[in-house]
Amino acid sequence: MNWASSEPAARTSVPATALDDIRMAFELFDAWEDTYRFVIDLGQEVAEMPPGQRTPAALVRGCQSQVWLHAHRDEGSGHVRFDIDSDAHIVRGLIAILLAVYDDHSPAEIVAFDIEGLFDELGLLSHLSPTRGNGLRVIVQRIRAVARAAGDGHASTAK
Amino acid sequence: MTQARDIAALRHDFPLIANRPDLVYLDSAATTQKPQAVLDAIAEHYRTANANVHRAAHALSGAATEAFEAARSTVAQRIHAQSPNEIVWTKGTTEAINLVAASYAPTVLGPGDNVVITRMEHHSNIVPWQVACERTGAELKAVDVSMHGIDQDDLAGKVDERTRIVAVVHVSNVLGVVNDIPGIARLARKVDAAVVVDGAQAMAHLDVDVAALGCDFYAFSAHKMYGPTGIGALWGREHLLEQMPPWQTGGEMIEEVRIEHTSYAGLPFRFEAGTPNIAGAIGIAAAADYLGGLDGAALRTHETELVQLAESGLRQVEGLEIIGPDAAKGPVVSFAIEDAHPQDIGTLLDQQGIAVRTGHHCAMPLMEALGLPGTVRASFALYNSASDVERFVQAVRKAREFL
Repeated sequence: MNWASSEPAARTSVPATALDDIRMAFELFDAWEDTYRFVIDLGQEVAEMPPGQRTPAALVRGCQSQVWLHAHRDEGSGHVRFDIDSDAHIVRGLIAILLAVYDDHSPAEIVAFDIEGLFDELGLLSHLSPTRGNGLRVIVQRIRAVARAAGDGHASTAK
Repeated sequence: MTQARDIAALRHDFPLIANRPDLVYLDSAATTQKPQAVLDAIAEHYRTANANVHRAAHALSGAATEAFEAARSTVAQRIHAQSPNEIVWTKGTTEAINLVAASYAPTVLGPGDNVVITRMEHHSNIVPWQVACERTGAELKAVDVSMHGIDQDDLAGKVDERTRIVAVVHVSNVLGVVNDIPGIARLARKVDAAVVVDGAQAMAHLDVDVAALGCDFYAFSAHKMYGPTGIGALWGREHLLEQMPPWQTGGEMIEEVRIEHTSYAGLPFRFEAGTPNIAGAIGIAAAADYLGGLDGAALRTHETELVQLAESGLRQVEGLEIIGPDAAKGPVVSFAIEDAHPQDIGTLLDQQGIAVRTGHHCAMPLMEALGLPGTVRASFALYNSASDVERFVQAVRKAREFL
C-alpha cells in the first residue's frame, strides 16, 4: 500500500460536510432528484487534487471514471488522512461521503465502520454493488486495505 | 411479410419489454431482449427433445441431432452461406474470432507478415490478433479512424504485399458506422489477404449476405440478434476451414482416436470439441427464423427513424455532441456532454428508468483516437418506440440540468 510513501497532499480550507449533517440531509429527501443534487453538491466540497498528484500510481483501478487516492498517516494522532478525487461529479459526491466517514480516523475505526449499513440508510447501497461500474466498492476496498496496512504494528483501540 | 406499420406491434413479442413499461431499454447493442418465439423454442427443446447429439443410437438422440443440424442450416441460409458446413458453432463472436486467430492465423503468418485491423475495433477483434502476432512474429497494424469512419487512405497504405489478414468490424458498436466490407474485401483480395469480419452488431439490423460482402470469415453472436447468450457462430469459406487445424480438442471433433494418433472429423465438427450448446443452437435458429419473418427494409426504416428522432432531440441539448457519422448508420447513438462525465449521465438516466451503456464500450483504442474518456451510448432495436426516444431525450435534458 502506498499510504506511507505518498506525499501528504495540500488540503484546501473548504470545510467538509460532517457525516451527521449528511445523514440529516438525506432524511429529508423523498425524490431521487434531491438525493442526487445533494450528492453532486457534496462533490463540490471535495478538494480538487492537483494534476501533479493524479498519478498512475494513485489511480484506483476498476472504476469507470478516473479516481485517484492518496493516503498518509498523521504522525501526531496516528490517524489516516485521505485525499481522493474523481473526474465524475456523482462519484466525487460519493467520495465526499467516504471522506466524511473515513478521513482522519484511526485504522481500527476505519476497518470497523459499517459502510454498507450507512449506504443502505442513505438509499445509495446500489452504488456499493459489485455490478456497478462506478467503482465505489473498489475505493472502499482500497481505503480499508490502507487502514489495515497502517494498523499492522500499531496497536489501536476500536471505538 | 411484416409492413412498416406493424413494427410497433412487435414490441409485444418481447415479454421483458412488454412487462416493463417503466423501463426504456436502450442497451440492445450490449444484448437484445428475446422474443417469445425464441424462449418457446428453447423450452420446447428441453421439454420434448433433449438428448445429446451425434452420439447415442437411440431415436431421441437422432431427433435432437436432426434439430441441431437443422438449426445450422437455418443460420447458414440466414447469411447466405453456401453450405451448413461453413457454420461452426461457437460461444459467440469473441470465440469465433479467437478460433480464426488461433487456427487460421498461424498457418499464414510469419515474421515480416502483418495483420491489419482498425482503431474502431472492439477489444475482441484486437486482442486475439495481438496474441496471434506475438506468437508468429507478425506485425499488427491499426488503421486510423475518425467518428465518421475508417480513414480510407490510411487503410490503403497499411494493407500491403505482406498483409495476410484484415480484421474489421461490420457495424461499430460505439459509432454505428457501417463499414464498406465489399470495398475492404476488394483491397484485401489484391494482396491475397483474408478478411475477417466482426458481425456482432450487424446481424440484428442488416440482412447479412456473406457472399455479397466478399469476406472470408464472419463472426457473430446469437444474443445480439434476439437469440440466447452462450452461442454464436463463425462462418468461413469451406476451402479455408478445410485447411485449418483443430484448435480445441476432445470428443465430437474426432474421426478415430488411438493412443498413438488421432484423425479428426470433417467440417464443421472438427472445430466443435465437446458437447455443443444444443439448446443454444435451437435458440439462435429460432431468432434467425424470427428475423427472417420480418420485412428487413421496414425494420431498418423503423430503427433509422428512432435514430433520427433521438439525434434531433439530443442536438437541442446544450453542450451535447453526437459521436458518430452523419451518414447512415446502425441504430446506435453515442454522445458526450461538455463537462459531464458519461458515467454521471448514465447514473442520472438510470434513476429515470432509462437503460444505456456508458464508458469505453470495450473499445479503448477508439476512445483514445477520439480523445474521449468514454461516451453515453443509446442503442435501439425493433421493440423500441418513438415514445421510448422521447422519454430518453427528456431524461438527458434533465440530467444535463444536474451537471
